[in-house]
Amino acid sequence: MTYFRKRIDMKIAICLRRVPDTTAKIVIGPSGVAIDEAGVKFVPNPYDEYALEAGLALVGAAGAGETVVVGFAGDSVQETLRTALAMGVDRAVHLQGTPTADGLANARVLADHLRDGGYDLILFGKLAVDDYGQQTGVMVAELLGLPCATAISSLSVDGGVATVTREVEGGVENATCALPAVLTCDKGLNTPRLPSLKGIMAAKKKPLDIVPVTVGESRVTVVSLAMPPERAAGRMLGEGAAAVPALITALTTEAKVL
Amino acid sequence: MANILCVLEQRGGTLRKGSAELLTAARQLADQGGGTVDALVCAAGDVAGLDTLGAAGADRVLTATHAGFAHYAPEGIVATVHSIAAGYGAVLVSATATGKDLAPRLAAALGAPCGMDVTAVSASGDAIRVVRPVYAGKAIQTLDLSGVAVVAVRPSAYTAVAAGKAGAMEAVTVPAFTQRLNVSGISTPEKATLDVAEARVVVAGGRGLGDPQHFGLLEELAAAFGGEAAVGASRAVVDAGWIEHGAQVGQTGKTVAPDLYFAIGVSGAIQHLAGMRTARTIVAINRDKDAPIFKVADFGIVGDLFEVVPALTAAVKAAKGQ
Ligand SMILES: Cc1cc2nc3c(=O)[nH]c(=O)nc-3n(C[C@H](O)[C@H](O)[C@H](O)COP(=O)(O)OP(=O)(O)OC[C@H]3O[C@@H](n4cnc5c(N)ncnc54)[C@H](O)[C@@H]3O)c2cc1C
Ligand SMILES: Nc1ncnc2c1ncn2[C@@H]1O[C@H](COP(=O)(O)O)[C@@H](O)[C@H]1O
Repeated sequence: MTYFRKRIDMKIAICLRRVPDTTAKIVIGPSGVAIDEAGVKFVPNPYDEYALEAGLALVGAAGAGETVVVGFAGDSVQETLRTALAMGVDRAVHLQGTPTADGLANARVLADHLRDGGYDLILFGKLAVDDYGQQTGVMVAELLGLPCATAISSLSVDGGVATVTREVEGGVENATCALPAVLTCDKGLNTPRLPSLKGIMAAKKKPLDIVPVTVGESRVTVVSLAMPPERAAGRMLGEGAAAVPALITALTTEAKVL
Repeated sequence: MANILCVLEQRGGTLRKGSAELLTAARQLADQGGGTVDALVCAAGDVAGLDTLGAAGADRVLTATHAGFAHYAPEGIVATVHSIAAGYGAVLVSATATGKDLAPRLAAALGAPCGMDVTAVSASGDAIRVVRPVYAGKAIQTLDLSGVAVVAVRPSAYTAVAAGKAGAMEAVTVPAFTQRLNVSGISTPEKATLDVAEARVVVAGGRGLGDPQHFGLLEELAAAFGGEAAVGASRAVVDAGWIEHGAQVGQTGKTVAPDLYFAIGVSGAIQHLAGMRTARTIVAINRDKDAPIFKVADFGIVGDLFEVVPALTAAVKAAKGQ
């Protein structure tokens, strides 16, 4: 007996970026416009892991389809792309080149590659935790003329329509859009899977295509990167409830916030 | 410096908090080169408070009225801005959840560079110079954006300054647009609580509370501030399910910059600090005198929160004359 289940072919691209581990100590490099990468551990951008998990889960639920991970960066991103393959992504594309500080110029590179890919969904992280650009996914959507929902914290896909929620000040915004669409993923969307040992072995045999690309003119110049100003050393007011009156005085007369 | 366009946000006919602050940022930028500031408000009908925008710094208030603006309709706003964009050197929005969604759309439509979550914006020759926290607040980046720039300014970065401009009202036409994202509305939580990102005072708790029930202590302290305070939390307690996601402060939660931030039973992990280190005044209450939170706190009390917090709540009530 064969059991027939309706299979919906889903093709999903996930754009991935490598970033310093969030616990890494940040040291400004000699250029004064970028960090010193020596000794810094790089990981897949945490928000991209939500995108990866969403893509893998949707294709898994559809029963048929393909997940493709795309990274526009220097060669070091290949290790990050392999991590995605080890999580279960089918194939990887390395858009080999050097991204600029101009998010729009970078988004054009990604959009040009994704345009004719026939994707039902193109997924991004809400933001990359290095430069906090918070723009790439939205710009790709605009460049491709696709619907876009940002910073989604829940998603269901049914009958060619994506239903999402996103956190806004004071509540949760509800929205829908037709596929194909671009979504950027926030925390809370899912719990990303970890690469399994089997997955890591399998990843070695999965295709990783290298496509050299050139990026257009950047209209953004990094003037400087600096450490944030130190907060002035605080004051210990004492121990236990006995210190409360001193705190009230400090908040009233010094900080003037009461 | 050319003229500045501010795209203001409204919800249900009420301008969002932060509109005056955004106009102040725009005014300072425009005044560097004798430019003007226009405020664009896209809404489905009348919006309260438009007559205050002149005093907040707007030379003109442009109203774009369309039934499609009953909910956030990014394509309509983008089409409207695009149709009037000629002559502006920069487009400013507030870096709220909506503003962060809108800014890159505007940038892509205008072919402009985009500066997100900016804490300071100024003119630098022909470019727009923006300053913004990166690496979870562990570093500060300064960028020059050339050509027309789209800038999303952190709502808490500027303090509103009265400017006394005309605020002349003018209607603009909303061009035809294709709606691709269909927003059906905003569900608010049953308990109408203040959002941590908008509150003047944040009372944040961590694992030191020991039990979800003990958040009651923090709610009482928050209540003593009479509707100005919200309860926040560390990720440890959010992940443990003690409190909803929306309350999380930090790198993977919300970034807050209230006037007063209480960190209670919170150790002060770097990812937590990323979300609150720009608060004006930070108070830490922790029984471990070596907790890292004391390094960023303006005022610290070492002690058991179960003893200190009730005493503090009583003292705040007394100070506020309750
Ligand atoms: C990628 C990533 C992202 C993260 N993002 C965030 C984020 O956005 N926000 C965030 O907060 N964390 C985040 N974290 C987690 C962060 O690293 C810490 O684990 C977390 O902030 C710790 O929460 P806590 O301070 O409540 O708990 P703990 O570190 O366990 O601290 C509890 C504190 O309570 C004190 N205490 C205990 N009992 C009492 C008492 N009776 N009275 C007074 N004090 C008491 C203790 O001395 C201790 O200092 C992230 C981590 C990672 C890896
Ligand atoms: N160079 C890149 N290659 C692939 N994806 C990228 C790149 N830059 C940004 N992204 C994606 O866009 C998201 C937002 O990045 P950003 O706009 O830089 O904050 C990231 O989480 C990635 O999903």
